[in-house]
Parts: sequence; structure tokens; C-alpha cells
Amino acid sequence: MDALVRKRRRAFVEERDCVACGCCMKICPKTAISIWHGIAAKVDPETCVGCGKCARECPASVIEIREVTV
Amino acid sequence: MKKHWYDNLWVLSLTYLVLGFFNILFAWLGLLCFFIPLIISLAKGNKGYCNRYCGRGQLFGLLGGRFGLSRKRDIPAWMKSKAFRYGFLAFFLIMFCQMLWSTWLVFSGAQDLRQVVTLLWTFKLPWHWAYHGTVLHPGAAQFAFGFYSVMLTSTVLGFVTMVLFKPRSWCVYCPMGTMTQLICKAKQKKP
Repeated sequence: MDALVRKRRRAFVEERDCVACGCCMKICPKTAISIWHGIAAKVDPETCVGCGKCARECPASVIEIREVTV
Repeated sequence: MKKHWYDNLWVLSLTYLVLGFFNILFAWLGLLCFFIPLIISLAKGNKGYCNRYCGRGQLFGLLGGRFGLSRKRDIPAWMKSKAFRYGFLAFFLIMFCQMLWSTWLVFSGAQDLRQVVTLLWTFKLPWHWAYHGTVLHPGAAQFAFGFYSVMLTSTVLGFVTMVLFKPRSWCVYCPMGTMTQLICKAKQKKP
């Protein structure tokens, strides 16, 4: 029998274009996002539930919600 | 989400803009919005000001978010490109230096005080009602007029992009944000 494949949603940041404003960090209900050294947003993959609030809030629209296999 | 004291700093930003209509000398207070982000990024190597304390960003977030004044569309790709962001920063700094030069001309006596606020670096709005004389040199008032012009211009630009795109679109091309991010990058690269 094939192993059970679970999928979950997660936020991904296009760090090259991130302006590090912190809007995503502020809105995240799971505090899964931090601004790494004032350069770009970083998502904690373990904590993120892929709700998409950060993607909607991001003024530069550099956050994408993707499905990942766990 | 937990509310912090600094989530209400938008009140100060709004108050600042209003005070400029009554007494232009209050414009000097705007220097805080220049020095605090720079000091935080230089000393701590982060964008703590943008991330927590920026009242202007909060104001746009509030007007565009809770008050629904934003279309909440994606900002065009060119506006978030490095070329535009760095170009806007350079333009902003050049115009800032030009404003300092005008201030110097008044301080040196080569030019009279001009009681105008220059909007979008072009439109000269009469602003004499907000000047009631000063015990300081008229050059100090000239700086206030110039600095308030910078602050009002950036607020108008931020407001327009808030309406057209997402609430905090200003944060994408804010010169202070770009500058502090560059400082953070430079600090991170240093061995």
C-alpha cells in the first residue's frame, strides 16, 4: 500500500523582492513570520498554516501560498 | 492579535500633519521620522521602525484597511523593482539636498523666506497662515516649510498609491524604508 501523502498549505516569500516592511509579520495569527535582519520576511514552515492573510496584506505582493507535501 | 502601545502611533502622524496647518514650525518634529529609523537600522541592524513604529504606515493601513479606501490591487511590477526603489530614493535625496540649499540661502541672507509649501516638488501652495514669526532665524522657518513639503508630498503619494493598490503600498517605495533596508544589507555583509 502506498504511504499516505498529506498536503498542507504554506506561505512562501519571494525574498529578492521583499521590502521587509513587516506587514505580514503583524497580521500573521500564528506569529510564524519574522523579518530577518531587516532584509526580508522569513516564514517558519512548522508554524505556518497557510491561511493566506500575509499574502493578502503584503503591499509588494511577494508572498504566495503553495501546497506542499509533508 | 495582541495590541501594543506602538500600534497607535498613527495618531502622532495625523497630529503632525494637522499641526502643520496651524504652525509650520512643528514641521521640525518630522525629523524624528528621519533619524529614528536610521538610528535603529545603524545600531540594531533591523527595520524595527518600519516593522513596529511607523505611524504613517499605520495610518495608510487604517484608512485603506478598516476604512476601505483602498482597491487592494497588486502594485505594478515596476514599482517594486530595485531600479524604481533606488531611483526614487536617489531622487528624494537630491530634492532633500535642494531643500537644504534653499534653507542655507535664507540663513545666509541671500534669499528671503518663502512662505509656501511645495507639493509634489512642483506646486507652490501659499502657506502664510501657518507662520506667525519666530524668535529664531527665518532660515529655521524656511527649513520647516521645506520639510513639511517633503512630508506632505510623501503623504499625498502614499495616499494615492493606497487608493490604487494595497493600503501600505507606500512602504514598497518609501525612501526611508529603502535606505534602512540597504543599511541592514550592508551591515549583514560586513564580516
